[in-house]
Amino acid sequence: MIHLHNIRKSYQIGTRKLEVLKGIDLQIGAGEFVAIMGSSGSGKSTLLNVLGILDDYDDGLYELDGVPIRNLKPDQAARYRNAFIGFVFQSFNLLPFKNAVENVALPLYYKGVGRKERNRKALEYLGRVGLADWADHLPSEMSGGQNQRVAIARALVSQPKVILADEPTGALDSQTSLEIMELFKAVNQEGISVLIVTHEDDVARRTNRLIRLRDGLIDQHATLPESATHA
Amino acid sequence: MLNWEQSREVLDSLWRHKLRSGLTSLSVFWGMLMLVLLLGSGNGLQRGVTFQFKDDAINSIWIYPGVTSMPYRGLPAGRSIQLTNNDYDAIRQEESSVDRLTGRYYLQGEYSVSRGERSSSYYIRCVHPDHQYVENTTVVEGRYLNNFDLARYRKVCVIGIDVVDGLYDPDETVLGSYLKIKGVLYQVIGIFDDSGGRNENKQIYVPVSTAQRVDNGQDQLSQLMMTTYGSDIETSKQLEASLRSRLSETHRFDPADEQALYISNSLEEFKRFLGLFAGIQAFIWVIGILTLIAGIIGISNIMLISVTERTREIGVRKALGATNSSIVSMIMQESILITAISGYLGMMLGIGILWVVNVYVLPTEPSAETMFLNPGVTPGVVIGALTILVVSGGLSGLIPAIRAVRIAPAVAMKS
Repeated sequence: MIHLHNIRKSYQIGTRKLEVLKGIDLQIGAGEFVAIMGSSGSGKSTLLNVLGILDDYDDGLYELDGVPIRNLKPDQAARYRNAFIGFVFQSFNLLPFKNAVENVALPLYYKGVGRKERNRKALEYLGRVGLADWADHLPSEMSGGQNQRVAIARALVSQPKVILADEPTGALDSQTSLEIMELFKAVNQEGISVLIVTHEDDVARRTNRLIRLRDGLIDQHATLPESATHA
Repeated sequence: MLNWEQSREVLDSLWRHKLRSGLTSLSVFWGMLMLVLLLGSGNGLQRGVTFQFKDDAINSIWIYPGVTSMPYRGLPAGRSIQLTNNDYDAIRQEESSVDRLTGRYYLQGEYSVSRGERSSSYYIRCVHPDHQYVENTTVVEGRYLNNFDLARYRKVCVIGIDVVDGLYDPDETVLGSYLKIKGVLYQVIGIFDDSGGRNENKQIYVPVSTAQRVDNGQDQLSQLMMTTYGSDIETSKQLEASLRSRLSETHRFDPADEQALYISNSLEEFKRFLGLFAGIQAFIWVIGILTLIAGIIGISNIMLISVTERTREIGVRKALGATNSSIVSMIMQESILITAISGYLGMMLGIGILWVVNVYVLPTEPSAETMFLNPGVTPGVVIGALTILVVSGGLSGLIPAIRAVRIAPAVAMKS
């Protein structure tokens, strides 16, 4: 599903060049449930941006579902994002002036799906995350956990190949985090690859594979923390 | 670029951001309203003043004799020119473009007027009957001077309402009473009201022939005034030239000698006023354009702020698959829609206010005091201004939008 070969990325900070990714090699198969960990500055957010086609990379090759993702025009990148990837963010990134169902329907709008079909599907996915009754509520009228559920429904509605989640539980309490992780697990069991960037061991423990970044490189010896719940 | 789905999204976005939309609308609305009111009242002012000129005989020519400054046909410079009744008769008979013609004879010395115990100082004008039309004098009681008064050297006078106030008690009969002017009694045959100037109602008109005889002025005239048929500047200039050559012949001065004869042509003055109007017009335009620029700056500011404020939204939309062009076109549509609607409303309100002023505030019939007439705007001008506002509204959305979509979505979402 995801093939990264020797991915390099650096940022220009003033006159200095800061290397963030120093040659990442990574294979993630279809239907995997992966946690990406690393201390701040290890390059995990940058890696996620590259994977999400939200940011370009300098060198190497990234293939997504067999499609080389390289030097894309902005509109092409937008289409690939829409077709392949569902995003979940720490701060939810729902549009505050749209209600739950409108937020969920937004990726379908950019896919060119008609209004009726859009709303039907959005309601269906809201139902899947248990928020069918909250369809008319604005993000400000819902709790953090509910907002994140709406965001997950939005990520799923366009039926992506991969869900990329950037600290999805970072703004939630532990009980809610647990519920969200259960939701991701359920999503993953439907065959969608799920990648979660996190710094919480509890979260990483609930995934099936751990990728640990250290100074822009993958730490090969990383293993999942021992977990009682992990079967 | 335009489709129903996107228009819905645009309308929805405008509706959900009422404050932002409201502020933008207000600035465009206000700019357009001010522009219409400014241009409209400017036009009204110009029409009013133009009307005043139409009322005040723009086709009049006044002639004052002077002193020659050039020797002519053996005659030295420095001779005083004296107009006479002969000049009046000749112009009357031979200048076909002259409509109304009157002379004025100035009495020498004090203009002391008395009636019994009362006396006061007034202005005496010794004139021909046509003077009534040249000065636009309205007789409110009795009659004006006529040709019989002149032919029979009648000692009669027509007095202004201020003279009545000064020399009569309120219940006294004015017509038929006598006034003593420079020792000679004149019978009052008419009262007039002339709103023209400050001292017009302090005038006393007497027949020019009577005054010449009483004052031993022989057939001298101090001044000639006339109006022409029609009001084209061509006729008026021709008449002016003809008068100058005629009088230079009669009184023997060089036709090129400007100081021997002063000719004041109100049509020329009117043309000067046209220049003034052009100035007013230019002034209005400058203010209008500055108002427009202020409006454009207002829109640009709000657009810039609103797009900056939406950087995060733009990032999210892009992450969800929005293309750059769809975002730019969305922002453009928003700003064009909002400027078009609010600009249109401002324009209509401005036109409405001008209409109300026209119909309910201004008198229906223009009068002597009218300085403001038919305020209104040219449709082409305001629609042009509206178009400029809408286009600049679109552009001021476009530039920050293009800048905003260039930001990588990952960065934009962090803002």
